[in-house]
Amino acid sequence: MKKVLSMVLAVLFVLTAFVSCGKGNETPAVSGEGNNAATEATLLLGGIGPLTGPAASYGQAVKDGAQLAVDEINAAGGVNGMKLELNFQDDEHDAEKSVNAYNALMDAGMKLLIGTVTSNPCVAVAAEAAEDNVFLLTPSGSAVECIKNDNAFRICFSDPNQGIGAADYIAENAVAEKIAVIYNSSDVYSQGIYEKFNAEAAEKNLTIVAAEAFTKDSATDFSVQLQKIKDSGADLLFLPIYYQEAALILEQASKLGLDVKYFGCDGLDGIIDQLGADKAALAEGVMLLTPFAADADDEKTQKFTAAYKAAYNDAIPTQFAADGYDAIYTVKAAIEKAGITDANISASDLCDALVKAMVEITVDGVTGEMTWDASGEPEKTPKAMVIKDGSYSAM
Amino acid sequence: MSSFFSYLITGISLGSIYALIALGYTMVYGIAKMLNFAHGDVIMIGGYIVFTAVSTLGWSSGLGIFGAIFCGILGCLLLGVLVEKVAYKPLRNAPSLAVLITAIGVSYLLQNIALLIFGSNPKNFSSVVMFDGFSIGKVRISGETVVTIAVSVLIMIGLTLFVNHTKSGMAMLAVSEDKGAAQLMGVNVNRTISLTFAIGSALAGVASILLCSTYPLLSPYTGAMPGIKAFTAAVFGGIGSIPGAMIGGVILGVIESLSKAYISSQFSDAIVFGVLIIVLLVKPTGIMGKKLNEKV
Amino acid sequence: MKKALSISRKAGDRYITYLLLIVIFVGVQSFLNSGAASRSFKGLLIPTCAYILAAMALNLVVGVSGELSLGQAGFMCVGAFVGSLFSLLTEATIANPLIRFPLALLLGGVVAGIFGFLIGIPVLRLRGDYLAIVTLAFGEIIKTIFNNLYIASDDTGLRIAFSVDAFNEKPLAGNATYYIKGAQGINGTPQDSTFAICMIVLLIAAVIMLNFMDSKQGRAVMAARDNRIAAEAMGVNVTRAKMTAFVMSAFFGGVAGVLYSHNLNSLIATKFDYNLSILILVFVVLGGMNKMRGVMISTTVLYILPEVLRALKDYRMLIYAIVLIVMMLLTNSKSVRAFAEKVTGALKPKKKNQTGGAE
Repeated sequence: MKKVLSMVLAVLFVLTAFVSCGKGNETPAVSGEGNNAATEATLLLGGIGPLTGPAASYGQAVKDGAQLAVDEINAAGGVNGMKLELNFQDDEHDAEKSVNAYNALMDAGMKLLIGTVTSNPCVAVAAEAAEDNVFLLTPSGSAVECIKNDNAFRICFSDPNQGIGAADYIAENAVAEKIAVIYNSSDVYSQGIYEKFNAEAAEKNLTIVAAEAFTKDSATDFSVQLQKIKDSGADLLFLPIYYQEAALILEQASKLGLDVKYFGCDGLDGIIDQLGADKAALAEGVMLLTPFAADADDEKTQKFTAAYKAAYNDAIPTQFAADGYDAIYTVKAAIEKAGITDANISASDLCDALVKAMVEITVDGVTGEMTWDASGEPEKTPKAMVIKDGSYSAM
Repeated sequence: MSSFFSYLITGISLGSIYALIALGYTMVYGIAKMLNFAHGDVIMIGGYIVFTAVSTLGWSSGLGIFGAIFCGILGCLLLGVLVEKVAYKPLRNAPSLAVLITAIGVSYLLQNIALLIFGSNPKNFSSVVMFDGFSIGKVRISGETVVTIAVSVLIMIGLTLFVNHTKSGMAMLAVSEDKGAAQLMGVNVNRTISLTFAIGSALAGVASILLCSTYPLLSPYTGAMPGIKAFTAAVFGGIGSIPGAMIGGVILGVIESLSKAYISSQFSDAIVFGVLIIVLLVKPTGIMGKKLNEKV
Repeated sequence: MKKALSISRKAGDRYITYLLLIVIFVGVQSFLNSGAASRSFKGLLIPTCAYILAAMALNLVVGVSGELSLGQAGFMCVGAFVGSLFSLLTEATIANPLIRFPLALLLGGVVAGIFGFLIGIPVLRLRGDYLAIVTLAFGEIIKTIFNNLYIASDDTGLRIAFSVDAFNEKPLAGNATYYIKGAQGINGTPQDSTFAICMIVLLIAAVIMLNFMDSKQGRAVMAARDNRIAAEAMGVNVTRAKMTAFVMSAFFGGVAGVLYSHNLNSLIATKFDYNLSILILVFVVLGGMNKMRGVMISTTVLYILPEVLRALKDYRMLIYAIVLIVMMLLTNSKSVRAFAEKVTGALKPKKKNQTGGAE
């Protein structure tokens, strides 16, 4: 009992100390902005994604991209006279924490949700949002179930869509015949793409000569999988995974002397920067189907990349950041289309209005020109890119 | 057949990394009787120190590399000593589980400090191993592998000599046998345990450099999984035994690699743990573990 | 460790725990009914209950038996998947969740209990950290298996596979439904968990566990924990007593998993990794092992803490880690304990046993 007593005391002590000092820091900032908020209506957007834990880089990128868009819009006078405010909460890439974050945002008076960033948490939150009739726009939740409800839309491609797209592209352009795959069997995204790729490849008469898996617990050493692929005589290696692991794979494959073509999906975007200047040559010739490339030469992307670098310490935006950025502009377009001017509108009314508006708008974003149908799936074309001389160029 | 040898080399290379980390684990466990769950995270911090020295400060050639390595090891050593003093020492007489939980707290703390300072996006670590490796027939052995194996063996021999033939080392042995009796014989138990932590953390520094050179992806969570695998390896070899940690690590790596190659890459984690369970059932104190004599 | 653990527990002490649970239930429920509860508060109730149950169950192994187990998440995983699968399969046939959910709870618990028994046979032969690593190993194996498990139904019946390739080689025919889809896990579990059910389950679990701790078997386990050789010399069947505690722990771990999974629309196996096991272990140790009420309090505090700290933004998890270390130091460091004894010592003569205060 003594222990329990002292423990409770300890918690209270530490909590009050930190919470009060946390509040102390926040108070001046809030009152500083409070002057603007008093005169102008502010629409509170919620955001959810991993900011801590092994998936933190994805959530952080979406958050940064979205915040950039919010700042730009506010600087240009807001949406229909309303300022936007983004409250982005951490979910540690965990469904349970994600629902907790969603509840906390609802308490804070969130009007619509940008998120969640990762697939499995997104499915759990989507169920809650559907029940509350809150508009949900996920920048990068790619599993099919994320947007199965009427109130949910997304910016990125779905996993099956990418798997089928990749197989079709390889078959139609006769890139290769004997294909090997390395996928992450503990990851929803990777497994989702692989599943459809495998099915579609069979239909298009592509031969999958080796399909090797890894898990998040053994995601550093790929030499065995690569050796097996080398022995299988594959001429193309399909990598439906993220750029971090792909960077290791490229490096280990080059040490092993594996001579194949590489093909990936939107997760591979960011690989050049991950490899760094002295190893970027390893990524030469890697092909990927992605809606976004940071160094594309169109004006939109260049403007976005420059603004992102200026805002975030020269960091180069990934496809996640681009998805977050586009999500905010999509919301802006939908709000304008629906003609909403009242920032105190209830979340449910806003949702009804936005769902109607979503199917009518066209957004010309950094991830391409998008339109939506009632299913919530975006209509846009992936760009087939190839890495040449250390930068992406269209194939 | 050449494939088999290359799988074997991969396994040994992976295993020698586990072994190197496990040496630090087993050292601390053997003497302080605590599972230092923060060991992997000390390694991660070491990685960031070397990364900062090489990539940010530009110490990337000749003497600079040695300076970076030295800084990494020294940084880990100081960090280990600091953590021990602040978080573990006050609990010296507390139940061992209390220290375990504190170690977990330290592990969270180090991860989050790294996350705040260096951000969540992984850094690309430039290998500090200048040696290119060689080929035997079709089987390629990378420089990192050679260096890792050599360093682990050297450290294993060094530690064994140190423990068995120096005054401080024998004090460690005495403390690990019986804290109370050691104290009565005039051994400064507190100082001996602190020294153990210092050595264990310096080993973490060495491990961090080789881990990051072999798998050059450095994130705040880089240390967590190798930490758990090394813990497994240490138990596998008989926790507390220095050669056991080495053997346990290498065997673990080889099993992991061969099960990926010949059974299933999806289930390789499960297979590794399955083999571990079987070994521990046959030999309940690990491969090199001492038989426990119960005192009545 | 030895001195703090009292072997005999007064029956009155048990009733305080039950009363506490009932008071909390009535209090929280009336707060919920008043409509003043925030979304966060409501949302945290069920996960907190599930974690409390999991921690109480682990306490049977760690606190009562004195064995370090790092595999509690594995049992939760079994319970969660089995329970969810059952609910999905019977959603059409047993429409009433008040019948379906108790069955799911029981089934999840029993299957986890069977796993516990099978794992217990080899595990309980080992000691100390070897036992810890083997439980960790089993937890990871269970996670890996569920991560690669596919269960679907089509016109030919129920199909089970351990790789998605199996469904590509022989595609699902006709009216196909996936129940468990590998890494994508289970989606659409009916949300049957309610706070009332959770509290009833917790109360039942507390009655069973506390009675066990006071029973002959429970005393045998505690005797073996304090001194195995002495206990064996007194004719106690240590292995059997430990097995009972281990299986019971697995059973309730499974039930906790079912409670957990029926509160979330989507569930994946990687959630149940060793990090979760360690988290539950932290709850138990901080609650002052062997003390059910302490475990309940520490679980609640530690689970809610990160949510309360959301206001701190980027520093949230950093502060959480610091709080954890500080709490551990304050509760276990000698000087602070001496201070606490001085404070409570003043109150001691008035009361026979010091159960008030903290609760």
